[in-house]
Amino acid sequence: MFQLSPEGLKTVKSEMARYEVKQSAIIPALYVAQKENNGWVNEEVIHHLSEVMEIPKAHINEVFKFYTMFNQKPVGKFHVQVCANISCALNGARELASHICKEMKIGFDQVTEDGKFTISKVECLGSCGTAPMMQVNETYYENLTPESAMNILRGLK
Amino acid sequence: MSEIKLLTEFYNKDEFRGINGYQKMGGYETLKKALKMQPQQIIDEVKASGLRGRGGAGFPTGTKWSFLPKNNEPRYLLCNADEGEPGTFKDRMMMERAPHQLIEGMIISGHAIHSKKGYIYIRGEYFYPISVVEKALKEAYDAGFLGKNILGSGVDFDLDVYAGAGAYICGEETGMISSLEGLKGQPKLKPPFPAVQGYLRKPTIVNNVETLAAVVPIIKDGAAAYKKFGTEKSPGTKLFSLSGNVMRPGNYEVPLGYPLKDMINVLGGGMKPGRTLKAVIPGGSSAPVMNAAEVEKATLDYECLAQMGTMLGSGAIIVIDDSQCMVDMLGVLMHFYHHESCGQCTPCREGTGWLDKIVHSILEGRGRLQDIDLLEKVADNMKGRTICALSDAAALPVLSFIAKFRDEFEFYVREGRSKVKGTAYAEMHH
Repeated sequence: MFQLSPEGLKTVKSEMARYEVKQSAIIPALYVAQKENNGWVNEEVIHHLSEVMEIPKAHINEVFKFYTMFNQKPVGKFHVQVCANISCALNGARELASHICKEMKIGFDQVTEDGKFTISKVECLGSCGTAPMMQVNETYYENLTPESAMNILRGLK
Repeated sequence: MSEIKLLTEFYNKDEFRGINGYQKMGGYETLKKALKMQPQQIIDEVKASGLRGRGGAGFPTGTKWSFLPKNNEPRYLLCNADEGEPGTFKDRMMMERAPHQLIEGMIISGHAIHSKKGYIYIRGEYFYPISVVEKALKEAYDAGFLGKNILGSGVDFDLDVYAGAGAYICGEETGMISSLEGLKGQPKLKPPFPAVQGYLRKPTIVNNVETLAAVVPIIKDGAAAYKKFGTEKSPGTKLFSLSGNVMRPGNYEVPLGYPLKDMINVLGGGMKPGRTLKAVIPGGSSAPVMNAAEVEKATLDYECLAQMGTMLGSGAIIVIDDSQCMVDMLGVLMHFYHHESCGQCTPCREGTGWLDKIVHSILEGRGRLQDIDLLEKVADNMKGRTICALSDAAALPVLSFIAKFRDEFEFYVREGRSKVKGTAYAEMHH
């Protein structure tokens, strides 16, 4: 069964005291738990957070499912999110995303055999002036070409 | 005409991000001035400046503030930094390059509206801007600009960051409030407006990053100085995010009323070699599209763009050249709105789904001529029938794309391929 680390638990508790109502800590708690659960959230995570936060599972679940940054299935160690919205699409983002998939020999939202990568097409990330771009975990990479993107991804350990 | 850098003058200086550099360049001097002013004086100055909300709706800021009840009820000041309107990336730059400008603007605004607590709601994907703002908050607390009895003035103001988790709808102010309250980010019915019942049902003011930052120069030099820039009804400067098929994309601060064609050709460096302008979406993806002839005549102010049937919105200018297929681009936008509809109102939940499906059936070669009319009919039925503006935001691009580029839609239906690209959707991107 999933359990937060002592450190994670401490963070969740302090987030619960940070805002006027403890429900506001659901998003921060989901971030902490997702990180400790290899990048995604499952039923066990929801159950544990519900007990720790004393908030009904249904409430945590509906917050979890509403937001795109919480993954509902496993992702690779590096989650590569290519923006495919309009300014990026005008600059070849969809071709870039397909190219990365082809090179990695996977489809969108799948995990490579070595568990390293997941490629997703996502909506606008506010990087429209430096298109096309990708977000790898917490980092933006901008002004990409198919070659530069693959070089960046191959360099990730 | 050229850029006027009221807000962005020092953005290219790295030290402007830290509190020492910021103060060296005059930072927090305006706060000292504001703390000596009566709150009503600040509101009057902001009202007189004609500052209008820079997030998208363009509502007069001072007027919004004056909707707060005149009592001692606790009230909140929320900064909307959930920048998600496709094409917009100015707030991200403002937070990365000038976090203290935003913080100073918020303390002054908080003083004006008698608020003791504020939040900056930043979209979750902005990990780096979040870290920059959090660091700046700590610096501001350490310097005594935040907390209890700020600089001995008797004014208290606490400020914190809240990170979202990926939802376009949280850029809508009541959706943002729901999200901050620990709920799904679904918008709430207005009235009551947030100024009366907002965060935790307390009076709440929600302003965009750029709006709050603009309070600093307005209080520093006065409304009259601010109004020297811009037009009569759209005073001041604004940051525009220029993107798409243009040589020099980026953020540019210009006085309102600046010619759109100069934004593209002078500041933006014009089109890529061999390409010509086909269309511009002037205010973020929700704004109706303009064709090249309209772009020639347009100026970047609220009135001109409204008169031309579109809007200034968030100031995101998306440039589309003649190599692009408008059916394809509408497909991109409809996928987005379908994905981002919060599902609360039937016309939006169902309508965005149908728009997405119909445009993609055309793109995949299964379109019928009557589907073009059907798109218009569905879009018409989505306008003005929902709690928030997302439904309209999906409908308006459909209506304007078809009205101005109908030939591309008809060609695609008849031939099963793009008039511009010559191929069908499946071959375009794989």
